[in-house]
Amino acid sequence: MFGIYLRPSWFGACFTQYALFFSLSFQIHGDFVLIRGDTVSNMSLTQALQEHKDRRKKDANAIMTMVVKQSKPSPITQQSRLGTDELFMAINPVTKQLLYYEDKAEYSKGFISLDKTLIADNPSVILHNDKQDCYIDICSQEVLSLFTDNFDYQHLRRHFVKGLLVDDIMGYKIFTHEIHSSYAARIDNFRSYDTISKDIIQRWTYPFVPDVLCGSSAIKVERQGTYRASDVTLSRSAQLGSFIFIGQGTKIGNDTKISHSVIGERCTIGSNVTIEGSYIWNNVTIEDGCQLRNAIVCDGVILKSGAVLQPGVILSFKVVVGQQFVVPAYSKVSLLQQPTQQDSDEELEYADSTSGTGELRSDKLNGDIAPDLSETASELGTGGVGYIWKVFEGAYDEEWRHSVAPIPTDKLVKLMLDRDEDEELLTQDGNVISASGELKTDSDGNGSEDDDNEDSRDDYVSFEKEVEATFLRAVHENVKVDLAVLEVNALRLSYNMASVDCGGAIFYSMMKLAVESPHNSASELHRNAADIVTTWQKLLKSFLHDIDEEIEVILKFEEMCLESAKDFAALFPQILHLLYDKEILQEDAILRWADEKEGADESDKVFLKRSEKFIQWLREAEEEEEEDE
Amino acid sequence: MPYTNQAAALIHSVKAVGERLIAANPVELAVGNVVRRVLHIVREEDLSLTTAAMAGLNLSAESDDEDDTDRDNHPALSAAAIAAASRSTLRPPSLQTLLEDVPDSAAVPHTSSSGGDSEGKSKSADKSSRSRKLKHDVIEAVNELIQDISTCHELIAEQAVEHIHQNEVILTLGSSRTVLEFLCAAKEKKRSFRVFVAEGAPRYQGHLLAKELVTRGLQTTLITDSAVFAMISRVNMVIVGAHAVMANGGVIAPVGLNMVALAAQKHAVPFVVLAGSHKLCPLYPHHPEVLLNELRSPSELLDFGEFSDCLDFGSGIGAPLLHVVNPTFDYVPPKLVSLFITDTGGHNPSYMYRLIADYYSADDLVLERRTTSGN
Repeated sequence: MFGIYLRPSWFGACFTQYALFFSLSFQIHGDFVLIRGDTVSNMSLTQALQEHKDRRKKDANAIMTMVVKQSKPSPITQQSRLGTDELFMAINPVTKQLLYYEDKAEYSKGFISLDKTLIADNPSVILHNDKQDCYIDICSQEVLSLFTDNFDYQHLRRHFVKGLLVDDIMGYKIFTHEIHSSYAARIDNFRSYDTISKDIIQRWTYPFVPDVLCGSSAIKVERQGTYRASDVTLSRSAQLGSFIFIGQGTKIGNDTKISHSVIGERCTIGSNVTIEGSYIWNNVTIEDGCQLRNAIVCDGVILKSGAVLQPGVILSFKVVVGQQFVVPAYSKVSLLQQPTQQDSDEELEYADSTSGTGELRSDKLNGDIAPDLSETASELGTGGVGYIWKVFEGAYDEEWRHSVAPIPTDKLVKLMLDRDEDEELLTQDGNVISASGELKTDSDGNGSEDDDNEDSRDDYVSFEKEVEATFLRAVHENVKVDLAVLEVNALRLSYNMASVDCGGAIFYSMMKLAVESPHNSASELHRNAADIVTTWQKLLKSFLHDIDEEIEVILKFEEMCLESAKDFAALFPQILHLLYDKEILQEDAILRWADEKEGADESDKVFLKRSEKFIQWLREAEEEEEEDE
Repeated sequence: MPYTNQAAALIHSVKAVGERLIAANPVELAVGNVVRRVLHIVREEDLSLTTAAMAGLNLSAESDDEDDTDRDNHPALSAAAIAAASRSTLRPPSLQTLLEDVPDSAAVPHTSSSGGDSEGKSKSADKSSRSRKLKHDVIEAVNELIQDISTCHELIAEQAVEHIHQNEVILTLGSSRTVLEFLCAAKEKKRSFRVFVAEGAPRYQGHLLAKELVTRGLQTTLITDSAVFAMISRVNMVIVGAHAVMANGGVIAPVGLNMVALAAQKHAVPFVVLAGSHKLCPLYPHHPEVLLNELRSPSELLDFGEFSDCLDFGSGIGAPLLHVVNPTFDYVPPKLVSLFITDTGGHNPSYMYRLIADYYSADDLVLERRTTSGN
């Protein structure tokens, strides 16, 4: 058994887990215990280690043992008490082997797919959603070598564990060890910071509690879970509620009410202050009349009199909040300006407004500790110093999930109502869950399809981007059609796509180019499109081999008209006609598409209606042909 | 800090270490007790050496002057020197001590005879030999203390026969090694009796004790803590161990024993506490340094997983509605205790404070070091 202690600077130096494993593989021989730097636990590793070693002796393929703990998720918010999404694990209760691991399940789908072989190989399988992954792993040396061999394994759970579970060739197995009376949890967001702090105050992590392992100052526990250091200056009229921790050297003024909070060392808290559910670190000055609710306040912060912190606020080091200023809920305030994030390929900007990048300030990050007061006077009130970081548009809805503040009851009620609605919708469709809530396996029986679907969607998007890039380059540089065909083929092989996908992507690129070229009217647009299609028809035709693929193209066009290239909506039938003329689409394809659409919802039939005339004409033409023959 | 007195320097160092030991685990009062015992030993040994030195002076005063050089241990000293010596020992200066010394010094008219060198040498030789003797004595006494602590169980168990009579029913709660040995000693002496063991939730150490007693051949009945009041009328005597005994005779005992003591008092059943003398603490329960209780992890009471939905702080007001308290100790007031059996014999609770004077010095009750010298 080999133990190695890594100083925090390793993790701070932005090593990916891969790089870390690679460098460790030269130094570690034998089994090792892998924990993260933010794990809080009082478990004894002896039993887990013993089990792991015994298993290794019997089966050399048992390379990893994960420590798990029972923790029920909230049925309303679908997240665990630590703020992580519900985790689904399939475990064989006899051998404790882990058979399925999914931490990013899709609730909209309402089901998860399990591989048939899973159930065939294991006489009993229990699917858990009430287990929490403690991120304490006992690994054997094969883990290191697997990481070094597969250089695209970046993340231990998302890639490594899932990859291993799907991989049949090597047959490596992962096992679990459940702890009951011991405590283990990992702090990876603000919700878990709050929850684990409260667990420590409630002494679930005994003996790692503030009064037993406190270091220099003696901390006493009083009734109702109050921890007080020996050297606290407390005014007589101050009211200390339950479950609070007050550190060494702190001064608390008159009529101050503190409840469910943690206050660090050497803080100065004035009079008439209300602190509820907050975490205040060391050397903080809070002047009279402030109100803090469910906030985190870091070292050295000054809150001038009358400041109000709404739930979920995070104040970073040395921020100063001005007088009477109300910091809005869920905001993060720092002395440093918010870093800007840029898209990796600027030329491939998709019109996607919720991509989550916040382009707010073009200034670079500066290391100034005291930026110009006049510039920031408006940010945090008079005398305030710091910047409020704006929340990304797409992410605003999710701020409350991972915040220090508990989820407000009205949000919970709203969630419950939404969930009931969703359930109704799902059962109406009839294709998801049966009334008794049984899991339906996918018709193909391919268990990893679920994971694949997500990945393949990402892949498809990037494939589309690549195809578009290739096409645009071909247009601009006047590349020959044959060469363009070759290029697109190569892309298809590298992304492992079918030719129908190529067809769709190329068509999409063509139409997009048409839309983006300058046009003043619909007829001009039509002419543009016609030009492009004429020039590049061979390219398109080479990828549309049979009718199904052509139908795909039509469907894709519909989608485009609905979403990205709305200009085409009016021209739908004309373009269809154009494609027919250029013999890119056969009449059978169009007619089959029309037939299939007959059974769909009204909203889907919009384009069908518009193309009524054309389709009518097509049918007549067909009949005529048949008559001729 | 320069100390003229070897013993004072030693006491200072022991206090420093003792402070840290006590701060590491304030609940374990036995640690503080042993530290104070050691300090007491040092003081006592130093005192006895000084009195021996002064007694030796008397002898030398009566003997020949010329034999000064032989008498390294007992140099001739003036009265002032003797008074200074007595002041530098660690007995607090009181009228009594001064009056004790005066007749001795009056009988010694000697002044130091030889020249500076030999006097200096003899003084330093005296000091080093005295410190060696102090060291030797202290080490011996500490070894005795260690011996006492390790044999306290046997000494207590020897008294078992006097207290447990034939066909008696004894009640105990939880598991204590002293109680186990006590009961087994009585069994050895062919007393036949029965034992009721209350299981001692939440750690259920009563189960272990019951198993042990059965392997030693004693008739045992296991009951829950809540059944104690129901069974107490059938019991002749309650015998329990203690975590610590305070100066007023109160007992810090495993949780549940206050309830047993109350039940015993109601039914006039004698409540006997077995405690080695190292568990006797010179502090009173209201002393701020004494931590009467230690709250352990609630996982001994509840399964975390089953109750994790009650412990969800992420919704509503975020305040925990379920609070689980798991105290380890109970305080039993002295009026509920009938008898203490220590390794020195059986005592009344009201007598315990007297034993403190035997084992501890008043100066050591507060272990914080002061910045003044030699005090």
